[in-house]
Amino acid sequence: MSDKKYWQSFGEVNDQEKFQKLTQDEFREELPFEDLDEKLIDAKAPRRDFLKYLGFSTAAATLAASCKVPVRKAIPYANKPENLVPGVPKYYATTYVSEGDVIPVVAKVRDGRPIKIEGNDQSLLTGGGTSARAQASVLDLYDTNRLRFPQQRVVDNGNVSYAELPGFEQADKAIGTALAGFNGTGLVLLTSTVVSPSTLEIISKFPGLKHVQYDAVSYSGLLLANEASGFGKSIPSYKFDAAKVIVSLGADFLGTWLSPVEFARDYVKGRKIDEKNPSMSKHYQFESHLSNTGGSADERFTHRPSETGAVALALLNELNGTPASLSDAKLNAGVKKAAADLKANAGAALVVSGSNDVNVQVIVNAINNAIGAYGKTIDWSAAVNYRQGIDKEFAQLITDMEAGSVNALFVHDANPVYNHAEGARFKAALAKVKLTVSFSGKLDETTAECAYQIPDHHYLESWGDAVAKSGYISFLQPTIYPLFKTRPFQTSLLLWSGNSTSYEDYFRNYWTTKLGSVGAFETSLQVGVIETPVEPAAGASYSAAALDAAKTAVSSAKKVSGDEVVLYQNVALGTGAQAGNPWLLELPDSITKATWDNYAMISMAKAKELGVKLDSDYEYYPEKPVISIKVGKAEPIELPVIVIPGMNANTIAVAVGYGRSENLGKAVAGVGVNVYPLAGFNGTTVDYCNAATVTNTGKKLKIAQTQIHNSYEGRVEVVRETTLATFKKEPNAIAEYREELVKDFAATTGDYRKEATMYPVHDQPGIKWGMSIDMNSCVACNACVVACHAENNVPVVGKREVIRAHEMHWLRIDRYFVSDEKDPDNLKGVVFQPMLCQHCDNAPCENVCPVAATNHSSEGLNQMTYNRCIGTRYCANNCPFKVRRFNWADYTGADSFPNNQDQEVIGKLDDVIFQMNDDLTRMVLNPDVTVRSRGVIEKCSFCVQRLQAAKLDAKKENRELKDGDAKTACQTACPTNAIVFGNANDKSSSITKVRNDNPQRAYYVLEQLHVLPNVTYLAKVRNTDEIIESEGHEAEAGKEVEIPAVKKETEGVK
Amino acid sequence: MTKCASCHQVMKDATGPALMNLEERGKWADHNEILKWATNPAAYMAKDPYTQGLKAKYGSMMSSQELTLKDVDAIVSYINQVVADSKKPAAATEGEAQPTANNAIIFGVISLILAVVALILMQVNSNLKKMSDDAEGIYRPDPVPFYKNKIYIAMVALVFFAMAGYFFSKAAIGFGRQKDYQPVQPIFYSHKVHAGINQVNCLYCHGGAWDSKHASIPSVNVCMNCHKAINEYKKGPKLYTEDGDLVDGTAEIAKLYAAAGFDPQKPNSWDAAKAKPIEWVKIHNLPDHVYFNHSQHIRAGKVQCQTCHGEITAMDEVKQVSELSMGWCVNCHRQTNVDFNYDSTGGNKFYSIYEKFHNDFKNGKMDSIKVKDIGGLECQKCHY
Repeated sequence: MSDKKYWQSFGEVNDQEKFQKLTQDEFREELPFEDLDEKLIDAKAPRRDFLKYLGFSTAAATLAASCKVPVRKAIPYANKPENLVPGVPKYYATTYVSEGDVIPVVAKVRDGRPIKIEGNDQSLLTGGGTSARAQASVLDLYDTNRLRFPQQRVVDNGNVSYAELPGFEQADKAIGTALAGFNGTGLVLLTSTVVSPSTLEIISKFPGLKHVQYDAVSYSGLLLANEASGFGKSIPSYKFDAAKVIVSLGADFLGTWLSPVEFARDYVKGRKIDEKNPSMSKHYQFESHLSNTGGSADERFTHRPSETGAVALALLNELNGTPASLSDAKLNAGVKKAAADLKANAGAALVVSGSNDVNVQVIVNAINNAIGAYGKTIDWSAAVNYRQGIDKEFAQLITDMEAGSVNALFVHDANPVYNHAEGARFKAALAKVKLTVSFSGKLDETTAECAYQIPDHHYLESWGDAVAKSGYISFLQPTIYPLFKTRPFQTSLLLWSGNSTSYEDYFRNYWTTKLGSVGAFETSLQVGVIETPVEPAAGASYSAAALDAAKTAVSSAKKVSGDEVVLYQNVALGTGAQAGNPWLLELPDSITKATWDNYAMISMAKAKELGVKLDSDYEYYPEKPVISIKVGKAEPIELPVIVIPGMNANTIAVAVGYGRSENLGKAVAGVGVNVYPLAGFNGTTVDYCNAATVTNTGKKLKIAQTQIHNSYEGRVEVVRETTLATFKKEPNAIAEYREELVKDFAATTGDYRKEATMYPVHDQPGIKWGMSIDMNSCVACNACVVACHAENNVPVVGKREVIRAHEMHWLRIDRYFVSDEKDPDNLKGVVFQPMLCQHCDNAPCENVCPVAATNHSSEGLNQMTYNRCIGTRYCANNCPFKVRRFNWADYTGADSFPNNQDQEVIGKLDDVIFQMNDDLTRMVLNPDVTVRSRGVIEKCSFCVQRLQAAKLDAKKENRELKDGDAKTACQTACPTNAIVFGNANDKSSSITKVRNDNPQRAYYVLEQLHVLPNVTYLAKVRNTDEIIESEGHEAEAGKEVEIPAVKKETEGVK
Repeated sequence: MTKCASCHQVMKDATGPALMNLEERGKWADHNEILKWATNPAAYMAKDPYTQGLKAKYGSMMSSQELTLKDVDAIVSYINQVVADSKKPAAATEGEAQPTANNAIIFGVISLILAVVALILMQVNSNLKKMSDDAEGIYRPDPVPFYKNKIYIAMVALVFFAMAGYFFSKAAIGFGRQKDYQPVQPIFYSHKVHAGINQVNCLYCHGGAWDSKHASIPSVNVCMNCHKAINEYKKGPKLYTEDGDLVDGTAEIAKLYAAAGFDPQKPNSWDAAKAKPIEWVKIHNLPDHVYFNHSQHIRAGKVQCQTCHGEITAMDEVKQVSELSMGWCVNCHRQTNVDFNYDSTGGNKFYSIYEKFHNDFKNGKMDSIKVKDIGGLECQKCHY
């Protein structure tokens, strides 16, 4: 018995025997075999039935065989554009811009329609990285719920309907007349932060138009604090790559805070390990609930949400020589340790805070000043342009609207009715505005209340520009002709201000003038970005003027004794701007592994208090207890709970972005609850954490969690994780394990690969594809999972099917908690492990297929042939990694039998399946990949269509395959370069290099099974001083390897 | 030469002027002048009023051609040959095809007759035996008539089931296969006239085959490149449909004009953007789970179009010649050599990573590298 354990669910920790019994079956279905047997034996006339069925099926087969093959038409272009070849994709650089997220991307356009988003690797900002939402944005283009024409809201006897306007002229005329009546007074444009300089110019030229910027999740606290500290009302660039010590006070900078793609990329630069001289940055996380970033942290301490200020103050005091004196001893020790590390690494340290409280941020600024962060890790030379909304300005707007002093309100890319704490008040105030126009592409909660809906293009149909921060310009260009009757909102603004130029012309002219020539403009458009990085600067000198007041405010803040609710964004939905997107809704959350819902994350202590027993039944059955959360005077909100270790005992964390209007689609209607109303405006900023009272309602609700699907049945060697101190002390632990395997199974030749098997060893004469995944670089941003969805036509199955363990993801990110076995709540860390088909050279799935539908290629691929598969599912049962997926129903509409989707025949399927099968939505499908039908197994193919294309290109160009020609979708999506892929037979390829450079960390999952995977993992290393003592290795077949024990070191930092 | 034929004809003006009697046109008598013009038309035209006039007349300028003086000589002598041939009387038409006896049917009929004779003889034999037994006083039961004989019934049933099974499975395997499919197209487009007689390069119209997975059917504007000038069908052989009806080629060209929105009376007012696509019937169909790439075969594999599509240059109406079944694909992958770079002088450099094959070839272990050796029979080469 040991006291360290990797575990995924409470069932494993508390109730192992029963839990394994419950989850042992690969497929949960109760198959009706016994029933059938009895029936057959007892049946009165089985022979007659037999003949009847035989006769029927013969007749049916005859009928089917005599069917005529349909006549297919081939319709060429009438006038083919010169540089377009059908079947050859083109790539256009553009920029993903959504509510302030700016990611330079490249859209893959196949036969006129964008089908995949890739990062733009010309960008220094993101280096070609993307986020889950950017990857999913291409599906939004084909959303069946987009507004298809300009329309007008009509209220008739209290019934609201929307009437199509025949054209933009009618809308322009009506709006123009109304505007003329206002004489340029009381005109307001409400947007999320606008990062487009040309748009800002158009707005500034609109006579009398007041521009209010508003962000769904506000950064006002940070903006105002920077102003108070003498830097002006703006946000600097953070340089996580320059920081050796990073302290985050509740900022989820790897998941959702400010610019996570950029931060994750920089952060991971300090986490890559050079085995010859192992060192890495040290990351402390102080937070109240478990976030993505907390999961990646080296040391993590929890506190109440209301204590954030106190923690920051204690840290500042400790740095200034006044000992920290927090009541929680563990937390206090953490602050002391972090402060010591910060001090020791002054000039190479960074403190960030996710708080929206001005006072907390002022204190954080003081800390950063004390540790010399300004000019080193905090760069004022490039202030960011996103997230500029000031809460007070928006509050003033509501007041103005209520007072009737706003005549016209234009809303673009903002949805306060849904996502503001006082959304209901805003909605009521909207009625007092004489003219309301929304430019939203969908009928979201705010748009539905506006008098006119003048839909804007989707970003993939738009021209435009975005300057994420000064010196970093990126461009948008259309990748498809607008699908619907939509118009850029800038064109509308230009027109209504009396300028008949279209936005396209305006934009071209703006940049041609700026860049000097049409040629320069077109080159920039082609590259997509113009980036001119400058040396980091400290900016204006720091001013401590506001510090004392902030200190007083923080220390005199009211202590909360009861429970607190904190609102957070998850990596899938963020603020909820893309909430109707089925790929995002089905994405399992990094921490909870839940899909299709929001829920209350609660601590183990709270679970005990509420009477939630953490046994196998809690984990196994989807019904979760429902609690009621009441904040202040707001209506109580009922949510199911998910218990997570390592949470502050009194914190209840709920994700925003859910609980949407059904106008956004049937898929999202009824998914989760909107918790924005639980936030509160305190007169200066919006608070995302508040005191709450929580009661157990006794009800239960189903949550579709995937964490206990795909069980390894207790084989823990899937995960390898250690601490930096242990790694330095015993760098060869993994190699030694391998040596023992050789000793046991390949004593004669020493060749484990060849000798330890009875199967013949096949060679790969040309290419041998291989992948390496660095678990130290994986921050569980989930971009890869969505990229895989898009690239490989992976079906969406809906909540009902996920509950039945029928999810289809080819790539999943397994989350393991690391803790003392006796005290699971004492969380030491979290390991994120992307798990996909390992393409084993000695694959167990291949041997058991009765029809050879899965077999091995001469390039090392484990091939899956759908048209050969008869659906026995033996392969999935025999796969030790549980990465094979079975099409239980006709999720794609690809079957030739129409009643395979008849719900009276096959049972209930979720609406989202049918939404995904719409002709419009199907335009997103990758034409190079087969759409699978019911009854076949599918799995990761290493994006074989890309490998084939890369090889063909090389052959056409009469050259060898170069390293980097073939890249998988997950690899290109990854912002941290955690995934390396290539030809392992090529001695100079990056995959060979990674494997050669990391002999001490590289391992194969379940190496003792001798399945010979083609995916290498690099073990995760946490930067702590803890020494994990190994107890020797057991590598005999069938014997579990003993889990290494943990000995706690009491010494402090070096 | 096929490049010339894209725009020029010998006897008649096309996109460019007719080439007959080329040498009689002033300075074209000097082949060096022709070479100068053809290799850099833009530069030549700048100083030459005659070619400027040509541009004004035909609306487009010749693209520059990579030619040598030898090529020009050859082209001119070819043109002169064609002109000389056209003056001779037309050669005798081909003889009627000899009807070939179908041996299989004859053999079948003979075996059937023999089987019936054998049956009758067996019956006669058993009757005779019965009579002789009767005469000798040995009692035997009456012979069972053959249609009640269980052995006969069993044999017939067996044969029936075997044949039914054979035809049934054959039909099932062939389900969806369309060998010899020859649909009627919206316009009687003759590949024989275009690719055969006029030798238009396949890739001129089906350029996608070089770059893409789709060979692609040309768009209307590609047809109009030539047919802006060629508005009648007169000189070629008479065209017949499969059913033997005479086809009026000029009327078929008029169908193209209707789709293109082209008025032959006012050729200069044509707007390519207003054309309507023609709905051709797709002949070669593969199932959705098959990935086939034309450029892989044409460009990397250097396979001729005719290998799969048959003698397309002899077809008026195109029909599917190959089975397009997996067995057919796989057979070819078994037998075809890849463009392997056995030595440094030739072959595709892509294959230089196949060290083992290079060694085996040098040692004589392999005499050629087939598609199957580089994985051409593996599932995920075509199914993904």
